[in-house]
Amino acid sequence: MWRQLTSMRTALLLLLLLAIAAIPGSLVPQRSSDPNGVTQYFTEHPDLAPVLDKVQMFDVFTSAWFSAVYILLFLSLIGCVIPRVTHHIGALRARPPRTPIRLSRLSDYSEVTYGADDGVKADAAAAVSSARDLLKKSKYRVELYEAPATRTSPASISVSAERGYLRETGNLVFHSALLLILLVVGIGGGFGYTGQRVVVEGQSFVNVLGDYDSFSPGRFFDPAQLSPYALTLDEFDVTYETENLNAYGQAIDFDAKVTTKTPGGGETDSSIKVNDPLRLGGTDIYLLGNGYAPTITVKDPDGNVVFTDSVPFLPQDPSTLTSVGVVKVPDGLTKQVGMVGFFYPTAYPLESGAYTSTYPGLEYPLLTLNVYTGDLGIDGGVPKSVYALDVDGMKPLTGGDTGVDSIELMPGQSTELPNGLGTIEFVNENPQKGSFAGSVHRFASFDIHSDKTQLGVAIGVVFVLLGLLTSLFVPRRRVWVKAYDNDDGTVRIEYAGLARGEDPGLADAVEGIAYRHGTELGVDRE
Amino acid sequence: MVDLNSFSLLALWSATALYALALIAFALDLGRRSAEVNDASHAVSSAVAASEARSEVTAEAGGGVAVKTRPAAKKRDDSAPQVTAKRSPSLRSAMALMVLGFLLHVAADVTRGIAAERVPWANLYEFVMTGTMLVVAVFLVVNIKVDLRYLGTFISLLVVSLLCMGTINFYVEVAPLPPALQSAWLVIHVFLATTAMGFLALGCALSVLQLIQARTEARGAAIGDLKLKFMATFPTAHRLENLAYRTVIVGFVLWTFTLIAGSIWAEAAWGRYWGWDTKEVWTFIIWVIYAGYIHARATKGWRGSRAAWLAIIGFGTVIFNFTVVNIFFNGLHSYSGL
Repeated sequence: MWRQLTSMRTALLLLLLLAIAAIPGSLVPQRSSDPNGVTQYFTEHPDLAPVLDKVQMFDVFTSAWFSAVYILLFLSLIGCVIPRVTHHIGALRARPPRTPIRLSRLSDYSEVTYGADDGVKADAAAAVSSARDLLKKSKYRVELYEAPATRTSPASISVSAERGYLRETGNLVFHSALLLILLVVGIGGGFGYTGQRVVVEGQSFVNVLGDYDSFSPGRFFDPAQLSPYALTLDEFDVTYETENLNAYGQAIDFDAKVTTKTPGGGETDSSIKVNDPLRLGGTDIYLLGNGYAPTITVKDPDGNVVFTDSVPFLPQDPSTLTSVGVVKVPDGLTKQVGMVGFFYPTAYPLESGAYTSTYPGLEYPLLTLNVYTGDLGIDGGVPKSVYALDVDGMKPLTGGDTGVDSIELMPGQSTELPNGLGTIEFVNENPQKGSFAGSVHRFASFDIHSDKTQLGVAIGVVFVLLGLLTSLFVPRRRVWVKAYDNDDGTVRIEYAGLARGEDPGLADAVEGIAYRHGTELGVDRE
Repeated sequence: MVDLNSFSLLALWSATALYALALIAFALDLGRRSAEVNDASHAVSSAVAASEARSEVTAEAGGGVAVKTRPAAKKRDDSAPQVTAKRSPSLRSAMALMVLGFLLHVAADVTRGIAAERVPWANLYEFVMTGTMLVVAVFLVVNIKVDLRYLGTFISLLVVSLLCMGTINFYVEVAPLPPALQSAWLVIHVFLATTAMGFLALGCALSVLQLIQARTEARGAAIGDLKLKFMATFPTAHRLENLAYRTVIVGFVLWTFTLIAGSIWAEAAWGRYWGWDTKEVWTFIIWVIYAGYIHARATKGWRGSRAAWLAIIGFGTVIFNFTVVNIFFNGLHSYSGL
């Protein structure tokens, strides 16, 4: 059983099985990389999705069957590598093996006879000794052997040489490093965490558990791990393409200008960009999303402010930033009020009367809201998404069949809420004449990661690369040079090589050694 | 000012046309090879007939075609083809057309880069343009060391089809880089991937020939009875297998670098070095298949034809990854620009 598992054939089949097992992970959305896609899949395929879920198709890479394949593969790898390590250590200590009796049987073989006519004075012993020095200089491990005369062949002296032990060393390092990476990811992954937080311009984030919008800790995570710091988003700058008409309005730069504060370090100004995260307090802060957060103020009929906040609206279309958001006013008015709205940074009316946005910058910002009253469903203590409003059981006051127009506001404008509930204002954050620039706050969504595996994986990867390169490109070969004293005073020399593994350069190498050896012996080269 | 992008497109179409002409010339060369093999087989049969009359004959007759007699000596050269092809004008003009096409291709690529003010591989159209350019580059460069001109038909066919597909279906105007692509890793990661594609394409072509050759050898038919006569002018299956292995391992190492460079970039851009994004999944699958190929070379019963199938499937997944996955699969690597 163990023997079967560690055979090359099994390893190969497991490798191919691993490739096949990974395919579903690209066909079906995965919870780990695309949770929204999974939700959508359930809506679109209500019959199929639960079946797929049962066989862990939405968690392929943590599924029992995928894990089984790679665990078996690595077991097979361990079983293969360990005996090879012991064997290789033995080989590293051993002397090159005894010279075969008949070198002429090997594929890369040549022989030559030198005498005084060629300018060679050496006898067999001297010739082999010179070959030994030559091979040693070429990084071969060498050993001299003498063979007495037999019935079939005269007495000979030979050097047995071997090189390229690094090939096997590299191979073993490569496989061990893969194992190291797997262990580091498997264990180290448990100590990290990832969290998300949306921060509106002018607002701050403090690195404590309660201040994250969402947080997924590793298995061994301890809240005490969170290093104390605060981060304020001072400004979120976006640059749009305005010259190239083929890409007009395409975002070409996002720049989150932040101020960070650490207990000992005081305040530092930094900037977080896509591809350029901020490394702070053992965490990495990435800029992964952005959008608009209109500031909305709601007052009761007496003019008391019951709600004021910059509410992040989620972009529906990244190219024009048409965004959707929800405003919830739980207290202060006669009833709980919820509003569902669209924000158009550059609004343009469609023929249907609806709006669309034609440009992601603030050229003609417009906020439209539909108002509902009733139970917001947040008093039960069950956490609700701040980006969604369940309007079932709530009473619509505007839009749809109500006959009352939806609320439409531009920055700085305010209007009455229906049914005398109060007033609502779309606050202009940068009131200046002639331009809407800066009139609506932007938000940045940050991913904050602490990944304890990075260093270990990086080290593993370096060894994987070194091991791979040496195991594929360092040739392992044995070379023999054998010499016989002929009766007429000449010396016959045989050269032969044997590849151990892939070695396309063996023939050239043996030829080269024979040539250089001739030169060493003083062969005249006209 | 001359519109550089229009020039680039024109140069690319011209390059495609030259590659198409090269394809015809390569095909003509195959036809000529078949004819030579025919002659050679006649020469052999007449030699055999003659040898019944005389005791010994050299098979050097047949219109100057050297027929390799199978020597009984122990030092037989396994790798030499059965029939050595003559110097061929069509093959030489095919190579000349490839080189000319390549020069225009480089011009198209460089001008597109200048027009866009960045590396010309930021969307699928540019990727196809640069990728095929590197396939041709690898083909031409490897030919300096080893004569692989007989792969020209495969390579030119691959390049012409990809280029037509790229220019007709994937063409997009020059657009600036979105923030996610503004990274030095774009240069490294994508360049490595495309170069790897060049080597893996060669490996695939060699493996296909290896399979055909192995089948012919197993049948043991006389060269006159071959279905694809030109195969007799190609190296033996064993030699083709070794060549395929040597090109594939270079491609595999480059692919490993692609994967690592991609991980480093993903860490900076998306906050994790590995997240099983669809493109990452396929990159992994390709890596594992080629790892399987390398292992197959050392596995009894898999060496030879089965390993060759792995190299072919591997390249199939590479092409799948660069086309279907780019266009139809959702994921973070959605930069096709379509």
